[in-house]
Amino acid sequence: MAHFVLAINGRRQSVDADPEMPLLWVLRDLLNMTGTKYGCGIGLCGACTVHIDGSATRSCQTSVSAAAGKGIVTIEGLSASGLHPVQEAWIAEQVPQCGYCQPGQIMSAAALLAQNPHPTDADIDDAMGGNLCRCATYFRIRNAIHRAAGERHS
Amino acid sequence: MSTRPSPPPVESSSPRISRRAFLVSSAAAGGALIVGITLHGRFHHPSSGTSRDPYNAWIHIHSDGRTELIMNKSEMGQGVFTSLPMILAEEAEIDFSRITVVQADNADGTGGSGSVWEGYKPLRQAGAQVRETMIAAAAHRWRVPTTECRAHNSQVSHTPSGRSFSYGGLVKDARRLALPDPNTVPLKEPKDFTLLGRSIPHLDIPDKVKGTARFGLDVRLPGMVYAVVAQCPYFRGDLLRFDAAKAEAVPGVLEVFEIPTDPHSANKDTREVAVVATNTWAAIQGRNALAVEWKPGQYHDESTESLTAQIRAGLDAQEYWNSANTALNPDTIPAAKRLESVYEFPFLAHATMEPMNITVRLEDGRCEIWSPTQAGGGTQESTAEILGIDKRDVTVHVTFMGGGFGRRFGVPFNHQVLQIARRVRRPVQLVWTREDDFTHDRYRPAGMHRLRGGIDGEGNIVAWTDRLVDTTIIGQGNPKQAQAFELGGALDQPYPAQHFRMSYVPVQSGVTRGAWRGVEISFNVFSIESFIDELAYLAGQDPYLYRRRLFENAAAHPTAPRSNFDGKLADPARMLQMLDLVTEKAGWDKPLAPHCGRGISCFFSKTSYLTQIAEVTVKDGDLHVDRVVTVVDPGLVVNSNGIRAQIEGAILMGLSATLKERITVKDGMIQQQNFNDYDLLRLPDAPRLETYLVPGGRPPGGIGEPPLALIGPSVANAIFAATGKRLRKLPLQLDEVSS
Repeated sequence: MAHFVLAINGRRQSVDADPEMPLLWVLRDLLNMTGTKYGCGIGLCGACTVHIDGSATRSCQTSVSAAAGKGIVTIEGLSASGLHPVQEAWIAEQVPQCGYCQPGQIMSAAALLAQNPHPTDADIDDAMGGNLCRCATYFRIRNAIHRAAGERHS
Repeated sequence: MSTRPSPPPVESSSPRISRRAFLVSSAAAGGALIVGITLHGRFHHPSSGTSRDPYNAWIHIHSDGRTELIMNKSEMGQGVFTSLPMILAEEAEIDFSRITVVQADNADGTGGSGSVWEGYKPLRQAGAQVRETMIAAAAHRWRVPTTECRAHNSQVSHTPSGRSFSYGGLVKDARRLALPDPNTVPLKEPKDFTLLGRSIPHLDIPDKVKGTARFGLDVRLPGMVYAVVAQCPYFRGDLLRFDAAKAEAVPGVLEVFEIPTDPHSANKDTREVAVVATNTWAAIQGRNALAVEWKPGQYHDESTESLTAQIRAGLDAQEYWNSANTALNPDTIPAAKRLESVYEFPFLAHATMEPMNITVRLEDGRCEIWSPTQAGGGTQESTAEILGIDKRDVTVHVTFMGGGFGRRFGVPFNHQVLQIARRVRRPVQLVWTREDDFTHDRYRPAGMHRLRGGIDGEGNIVAWTDRLVDTTIIGQGNPKQAQAFELGGALDQPYPAQHFRMSYVPVQSGVTRGAWRGVEISFNVFSIESFIDELAYLAGQDPYLYRRRLFENAAAHPTAPRSNFDGKLADPARMLQMLDLVTEKAGWDKPLAPHCGRGISCFFSKTSYLTQIAEVTVKDGDLHVDRVVTVVDPGLVVNSNGIRAQIEGAILMGLSATLKERITVKDGMIQQQNFNDYDLLRLPDAPRLETYLVPGGRPPGGIGEPPLALIGPSVANAIFAATGKRLRKLPLQLDEVSS
């Protein structure tokens, strides 16, 4: 066990954890921040996506020791007040069904748009291909990303 | 039902969905007007419906105008938390924005595309009871005939005088009146509907985008610990040995112990090992350290190859059951041309995004469970049985579900978690890892169809023989029940055949099977609609015009009824219109680029009509589905937003199964462990969807499952159009070797 200070959503949070413990479980089980989801534990579904220093990152593949000292943003802190434009687009396009994967989808989409405000369909394919959705809301996800980018879409 | 309030760890910030526990007695509802409703539960007839209290859903209208709909249905993304209150609001003339949906504890039997389809009438009747009672209360106060009063937007107005009362203000009077009989209360004319048919945002979506919606895995209780269970990888195998000390040495691990066998499980002789820890990760690490060894069971030599051989042998085995419209063997009927094709389908996993889990607290002889379940009432009953306590001392709080698809029906997690909770004497969350879920699912059956057809010179079907062999679901316990569950989409295939015969052979396996989204229609419709396409080409006719012809003939010359079948076949005239519409929308006759093809299919299920055209490109050994045009007549549309979401999702989940998914077996074990060897459809593979709703003049049909069935044959038929190659094995592989 070791002591870590994490910068999560602009707040400093202290935890005592095994240095190898994935950030996912630190968030969910030690800090009770359950917006970040467990889906596969091997980095293949994207449900656990958070931002680390602005990049979409799989928190199940990031140890707490690697995350310490970096800027971590989770779905709970994506927008300081109210809703992030991606969340607003998700509501406008009525994307979620069961909703379980959507925090991860939204975090991936927000990171994409932060780096590339006007993504093409191919850019969206590249950025979102790592996020699974079993309800298969992909059609609306694509539309919502275009909407958040301020573009017309089908 | 609980008569004691329970702590609310599962809170929603949405003002219009409450997931808190509730009280059903009228005293608890204060001075509210209460109307009870009985909603049908899928696969389970809840014993909550006693003669004293036959209801399992309730409407509470409070004197301040607030209205609660307490629902015994689970929300798993299908939108029932929005569609069902819409039906109530429409008929009751309640302002929709004033309704709060409350998740009923022990909610039960959500599935089979049944919530709207089967709930439409009872919800309307209850709504009409509310409306008529409010009108009667107002008329009585004004001393005017009820015919001079009308209800709208949670108000009753007296038209001649312009006076009005709010529903809330009438509650006190309304409570003194007898409710009208739900079976004779007048219902609104659908032409007067103002809410149903509109596109209404789903009430649960804001919480789901903010990350505040609480799923089962998000439940956190004071003092709670986390558990995983080492489960035997072999079908019906058993525990040999494990090293508790090694697991206990992992930091955070609290306890490691063997849990007794579950007498109600398919694997009732299989012992398991629980690892309990202060957090999920430590529990998983502890399990990894267990050095557990397992003993294979009676199915130790079962493999996909051995099962395939068994299924193939079933094609010529003694039939278990049949349906026919003829005393003759269709294979002996003279025909101008004949064709035989065998279609093959694999086991499938559900792979809900939220892995299986359940949380329990045992305290003072009572049990509280938090579970993302399609069967809360069943969980309540089996929990009471396991604990040997009264059902009324068990409360199952149904949480949001990260996907259902039939996975969350009657799965015996409660046995495991209750054994653990008894031992550790603290609240426990049991988590199945993704690997647990993939290797211990209840899989969609595997099997084959062998179809034989004979056509006359014009392409009319004179002979149709269908043999289905599959690893039965219901027949796992009693093979005689198999036909009720496995044959939909094949037994009731909509095409006229002069001589029709279908037979069924169940196959046993160590693989546990269960419901899946669309279960049987997912493989039956693939086979039927592919074979009809093959017959069209055999007849030298366009696949659309061929189907059209057959339905024209069916309308003009009905064939003899099929034995052992009391359902309804599709209305051929409606199917014709739907085929015409989809070809018009898709541009069936428009030329396509090289390497591209279009495939068509149609289907009738749960009173909904569906037609579809897929466009594919097959180039350099790669397949891409480019565009899918679907026309759906679901009967009356309740929420067009929700129904479109269900159709889009079902199409793409079906495409995932069509292109990617397959569970295989080796040495009596499931081989797939995680998404690395069982991938799902991903965003780049999702085609453009064009969906058209054409509501027919019928009550709403089921919609969660039927659209899943079409995409497989649409794509296979499009691949044939593009390449001339007929793929008959799921998932579709361009290099399929015909067998």
